[in-house]
Amino acid sequence: MSLMIRGKPDDDEYWNSSKFKAFTFDDEDDDFTRLKESKRAVNSILVEDEDEEDEVEKVNWSGEPVGSISWSVKETASNIRSTGEVRDLSFPKIDTAPSLPKNSSGYSLSSLFKGKAKTGSLQSFSESFSEQSLRNYAPELRKPKSEYKDYISDWTPEETVKRMQQGKAYSLEKFHFLQDKLLLLDEAVNAHDGNVITAVLIFLKKSLSKEILFRELIAREIALRHYIHYLKEMGEHKHLVELFKSLGRTEDMALMQYRDHLNIKDENRRRDFLKNCLSLPFSQEDATHVLDHYTLLERQIIIEANDKHVESSSQADIFKKYPRKASILNMPIITTLYYSCFYHYGESEGTYSSPANIRKTFRISDKQFLLTCLGARAKLKAWFDVDALFTTKNWLGYTKKRSPIGFHRIVDILHKNNAPVQVLQEYVNLVEDTEQKISLAQKYKCHDVIINTYRDLKDRQLLIGYREKVERSSPEYRKIEELLCNSQIRWKN
Amino acid sequence: MAHSVRRDAPELPDFSLLKRLARDQLIYLLEQLPGKKDLFIEADLMSPLDRIANVTTLKEHEVDKLYKVEHKSIVSTSDQLCFLIRPRIQTVKWICDVVNADKAVGKFRRYKVIFCPQKFYACETLLEEQGIIGDVTTDEWSFYLLPLDDDIISLELPEFFRDNFLEGDQRWVRTAGSALHLLHSLYGPFSKVYGIGRCSKMAYESWREQVKEGEQRVRQADIGNVFLIDRDVDLVTPLCSQVVYEGLVDDIFRIKCGCVEFGPDVTSSDKSMKVMLNSQDKVFNEIRNEHFSQVFGFLSQKARNLQTAYDKRSGMDIKQMKTFVSEELKGLKKEHRLLSLHIGASESMMKKKTKQDFQEMLKTEHSLLEGFEIRECISFIEEHINRQVILFSGLLPKDYRSLKAQYLQSYGVDHLLTFSNLKQLGLLVEQQPGETLTVMESRVGKLVNDKTAGKLTDAFSSLAKKSNFRALSRRLNLVPKSDEEYDLRVPRDMAYIFSGAYIPLSCKLIEQVLERDGWTGLEEVTRMINGHEFAVTAGSNGSDPRGRSDAQRIILVMFLGGCTYSEISALRFLGKEKGYKFVVVTTAITNSARVLESMLDNHA
Repeated sequence: MSLMIRGKPDDDEYWNSSKFKAFTFDDEDDDFTRLKESKRAVNSILVEDEDEEDEVEKVNWSGEPVGSISWSVKETASNIRSTGEVRDLSFPKIDTAPSLPKNSSGYSLSSLFKGKAKTGSLQSFSESFSEQSLRNYAPELRKPKSEYKDYISDWTPEETVKRMQQGKAYSLEKFHFLQDKLLLLDEAVNAHDGNVITAVLIFLKKSLSKEILFRELIAREIALRHYIHYLKEMGEHKHLVELFKSLGRTEDMALMQYRDHLNIKDENRRRDFLKNCLSLPFSQEDATHVLDHYTLLERQIIIEANDKHVESSSQADIFKKYPRKASILNMPIITTLYYSCFYHYGESEGTYSSPANIRKTFRISDKQFLLTCLGARAKLKAWFDVDALFTTKNWLGYTKKRSPIGFHRIVDILHKNNAPVQVLQEYVNLVEDTEQKISLAQKYKCHDVIINTYRDLKDRQLLIGYREKVERSSPEYRKIEELLCNSQIRWKN
Repeated sequence: MAHSVRRDAPELPDFSLLKRLARDQLIYLLEQLPGKKDLFIEADLMSPLDRIANVTTLKEHEVDKLYKVEHKSIVSTSDQLCFLIRPRIQTVKWICDVVNADKAVGKFRRYKVIFCPQKFYACETLLEEQGIIGDVTTDEWSFYLLPLDDDIISLELPEFFRDNFLEGDQRWVRTAGSALHLLHSLYGPFSKVYGIGRCSKMAYESWREQVKEGEQRVRQADIGNVFLIDRDVDLVTPLCSQVVYEGLVDDIFRIKCGCVEFGPDVTSSDKSMKVMLNSQDKVFNEIRNEHFSQVFGFLSQKARNLQTAYDKRSGMDIKQMKTFVSEELKGLKKEHRLLSLHIGASESMMKKKTKQDFQEMLKTEHSLLEGFEIRECISFIEEHINRQVILFSGLLPKDYRSLKAQYLQSYGVDHLLTFSNLKQLGLLVEQQPGETLTVMESRVGKLVNDKTAGKLTDAFSSLAKKSNFRALSRRLNLVPKSDEEYDLRVPRDMAYIFSGAYIPLSCKLIEQVLERDGWTGLEEVTRMINGHEFAVTAGSNGSDPRGRSDAQRIILVMFLGGCTYSEISALRFLGKEKGYKFVVVTTAITNSARVLESMLDNHA
């Protein structure tokens, strides 16, 4: 089981201290074998007429039988809200949110003046009239009779918000005073109904200048976030940028503007746009990334143009043998590096398309470079290049294999790229931990590694055991036989 | 399941009524549009619609052709178009384009937009601005609640999470309140409501207001207690890889609206198959809550039983055979088919997970949860970023910058926007210089002294709590400490859903509050969560406090922002242990991939 593989001492510590029994998905696992057997068993049971597909419920438009629609909506509705006995089931109110800054002087004054209501889009006038109480005495005295019908109502901010929540007719037109508008907004926030908060904000957006609105929103975090979200959804980026600017949220503003590059399809225009982004007030860290983005696209455009030409004029074998599946434009940095390791390996650092240049320009870490390069070269089965990746020479000229990541990982990657056993076993041999080495060797059938390790351990019993697992008269088998007969070895068992 | 089950658990109420209500209302709305019409349906409303109605229902009400909303120009020839959509600006903009395009060529049609589950003013304003109110009329289809199974009800609103917790938009609060109100009217009256989280509190208030406005008919309560919980109270749990069967199926195949599509590798045939996963599937019902390692044994046993049952045929005479065929064979064949499906699924999941270094990933997650070996974990994550294998989900301490840089190199610099979102949500947080490294903090992200937190007060304050994960975990014993082996065959607590490594915080809170009948004794915990907790009881002349004793043991848990199948499994386990029945109401079913995808921002 893979759990037994001991990589680093830390691993031991972890597993020993761990109390839960981890399970494993390894192929070797008993459970899996069992499952496979069950599968075979179940599939081998012969059953007559297999065609009853309907047994397994399928989901489609005609799946369900039509249910009887005996309940009319009205009936069901009356069930929910029957006018029977009403009991007090009331729950207590709990304190929910920031308290509303009450400013009573604001609307008491305004309520004396009834503005003319525009008869815009409001859906049902009759309703609002029928529900209207007789509160409009004061304005009626002042207004000419012909205007009577134009009045909507005299609802307080609180009533207005409530009506909006309930989907009843309402009017915001009478909220002329800034004080009233803000009171209305605060009331909406207090009702925790985002839908109404946004509706009030749309009204304020239309009836207040930006400067004033922005100024008031600074002190109203919840409303502000609704406003930002609304502008985002409406795609009003210019307005949003102004808002961020006035709030001093320069990084948000920069990101907002940077985001627009996603809407530009043409690569040259996108590159120019990114170039303009460089001057935006990003955080220092993000500025580096945006610069990378620009540089990357600029190079991709050059590489793409060049490779497209080379490919179509069949100048290079590599493109013929492995035609490009997609353009390199707008791919991430690492994908670009992979591409360059695949098609432009060995080019000198001076060219934009060379792996070395990309590595340097984008400050790619050793690990990341190695993994990417390894993937690309292994895919091409360029085992010589793979070998060279790990080979280092010391001053005496001796070569040694080194890797910034564990060789067990390297083996996995090579295996995934169908490396032959000869290649694999070289790297399995480089795995330091013996137990891990054996387990990898078994997984990938590197007989030599196993046999040599057992020999070095002077473990005769394990060797004998392994002899049973290899085919008789195979070279491995003969090698084990020879070793077992070798009187030079001092076996420990 | 092997462990003991209390027998006195009450029966769950029948939630199919919710489907009938939704269907009847839809029919009513369609009947308001006499004559033939073409129906355009929002893509993510199709599956929910599928669960409550069918083509025949629609055709009976003069729906001629059905289209999916695709934000492209349309080809319909009908003179009446009906749009069944979510209240989204993008979709409404598209409708405006459709209508204005018709107008431009002098084509006259009538248009009806039905918003589900409700209208938003912003959408109507858009119609008004485009000058098409009048040509277009609007309506609402209050289809709030879709029962996915006997004990799961979904609002099918995945955007709830991002809108509420990332954008700070409270547009769905009233929706949640209305959903609760509907349940209260049909299955209440509730006698107790517990909750934690800012959104929960607001939803409670919204519901309370709606109860006050309406009238409650007198009925015997089916559901006595309610627990409301915000997703951001516990963001760790949904980010963990799932290892319980149902959760694993969701992580790998993505269960959509209670239905999964198994590809040819599972069905061992050349076609894919859509399968409903719920308690009606007898095989699935027995393994859904099991740790994956226990599933193989169960399936093998089942296969053997099946073989025995088939084998009975061999010694039968004609009469016996006739009885066998008429009584048993059909059931056996159904079971046979289900069994091979689930075996196929298990096999395929096993293969995929072996390929993905799943073992290593679980190990990394568990270490992060326990707080060991942070360095190892980071290098593991780093390696995966380098290999472009996974989207990492953890939250990283001082290595944040390096990981972010490597991530952007691997997946594209556009993800700067995603990072900004993750940071805003508090999922990904950089440590302030000078602080000592505490491990759990790295997982959930810590906001602590983040300067922005001071500025963006309210909505952000809930994030500061995350830095306390380690203390919380100690306080609530989320990471079991005993040194004995955890026997997954006989789970002893809810930790079994994560191989015995971690008890989900969300479920632990629910357990504790129910046990204590409130938050007493949990003050320190709630302070660390910064939780807006509450526990309220209906007024004295409300429903009989003792109520029907069964109803008191049926607990409705509402997750605002989504919950995972693993959490549902944990609650089912808890219910069995304590004699409760849980009904899970969630804004959507989620998992780590969905949480992270909702934060992505690298598309136009």
